[in-house]
Amino acid sequence: MTIFNPTRRKLLQATAAAGGAVAAGPFAAEAEAATQAARPAAPATVNVLLRVNGSDHQMMIDPRTTLLDALRERLHLTGTKKGCDQGQCGACTVIADGRRITSCLTLAVMQQGHEITTIEGLGRPGNLHPMQAAFVKHDGYQCGFCTPGQICSAVAMLEEVKAGVPSHVTADLNGRLEPTDAEFRERMSGNICRCGAYSNIQEAIAEVAGVKR
Amino acid sequence: MKSFTYERARTPAGAASAVGRTKGAKFIAGGTNLLDLMKLEIETPAHLIDVNDLGLDRIEPTPEGGLKIGALVRNTDLAANARVRRDYGVLARALVAGASGQLRNQATTAGNLLQRTRCPYFYDTNQPCNKRRPGSGCSAINGFSRQHAIVGTSEACIATHPSDMAVAMRALDASVETIRPNGSARVIPIADFHKLPGNTPHIENTLDTGELITAVTLPKPVGGTHLYRKVRDRASYAFALVSVAAIVQRDGTGRVAMGGVAHKPWRVEAAERALPRGAKAAAAELLAGARTTDQNAFKVSLAERALASVLAEAKG
Repeated sequence: MTIFNPTRRKLLQATAAAGGAVAAGPFAAEAEAATQAARPAAPATVNVLLRVNGSDHQMMIDPRTTLLDALRERLHLTGTKKGCDQGQCGACTVIADGRRITSCLTLAVMQQGHEITTIEGLGRPGNLHPMQAAFVKHDGYQCGFCTPGQICSAVAMLEEVKAGVPSHVTADLNGRLEPTDAEFRERMSGNICRCGAYSNIQEAIAEVAGVKR
Repeated sequence: MKSFTYERARTPAGAASAVGRTKGAKFIAGGTNLLDLMKLEIETPAHLIDVNDLGLDRIEPTPEGGLKIGALVRNTDLAANARVRRDYGVLARALVAGASGQLRNQATTAGNLLQRTRCPYFYDTNQPCNKRRPGSGCSAINGFSRQHAIVGTSEACIATHPSDMAVAMRALDASVETIRPNGSARVIPIADFHKLPGNTPHIENTLDTGELITAVTLPKPVGGTHLYRKVRDRASYAFALVSVAAIVQRDGTGRVAMGGVAHKPWRVEAAERALPRGAKAAAAELLAGARTTDQNAFKVSLAERALASVLAEAKG
């Protein structure tokens, strides 16, 4: 093992890190000074037990790890996608205790004790979830990057309609909730598709919901 | 993201005292806004206290005939609650007008009140911003200001409060219940909860360090027709340019609060006295003293028209 071996990769990493520090500007440094007394010098890892797709997974992670990164980087469940990492695109949507959430905006350490379902847990090749099969049948995608999030979102969204959760387009807050195209469109607005496959996604959801055409 | 340590609190008093005694500590509940800001290092807590186990997730009737909403009640659950849908329709409508289905499943009642502005200059750490770095200046006043405030602004800040829920809560005269690090509880009327920017736009509400919101209480229902109209650049999943929360009675009297126009939910008594005389009279009182930029001057007429539309709908 050599003592000094500056590979190209390492040099690039060092440059990128320095660039990041400059881009953060002087203000981040001031915020840092204000809290320096209490901040851990090195990230102390924490022991986390995640229950994903019916299996328990014990892992030591940095507390900063989002649920999304834990799923992808630690459990290698790469069906869940990182799009914006800001909760704006919906590509990272998973189901926690039956409810759809953006996995980029929750920490893995906060999800202990919750039952997480990812696209891999909904169905597998040869044994697809009805929503997965409907997306295939109706061609509800082009590039496919947003698709796992769309499908997880759609599955949990139909449960919200069944449970009577109102939406922005629900006419009567106290009446019977009808599964309509307008309802599905509004409720799926947290999932962006840059290919614009919305009309086919709509057809897939309507079929699973049993909406007559 | 800056490193931090993490703990789960077991009691509200324990959570408040832990934040009170730990430098740089913050509560985390839904995390939808805090984590976003931590990734950008706009928020840099050294310690996070997870309050999700505090049991503050119930919606209960109060002895006065109102409703007590636990701080951790998710936005979805609050909008779906039968009493809220029946007696506080303006609140259910405002909730489902905000964010996306996923975010409403995560976001909490207390967190919604405490969310930070979405001013792009607040989010860009390379730009001066008096809210992010007091004294550095405001980039929005001479910048892109289409989304920004037109009333209650200052030379230091023209940011808006982004919440829809809080606008309905303001129209409903909600109260914010808290516990402080020393264990004492207090009740803050929502009218006094959020602050105008003045010279201290970084101080956004009246909470003390370590003070934890435990519940939001709604008074007895006031009847009337409940409406929430949100005008935005997309049909869904966008922040308001202007929003109107209204409770209108049969005789034309009522309550009106506006979102998207100020640093806090905007409600003016004189505007409500003028309400029976119509939208033009009420909007003139609501927006009296408005200070606009070239880019957000349209909000004055948009607000009046949104109010006119709501009053017309209330008449049926």
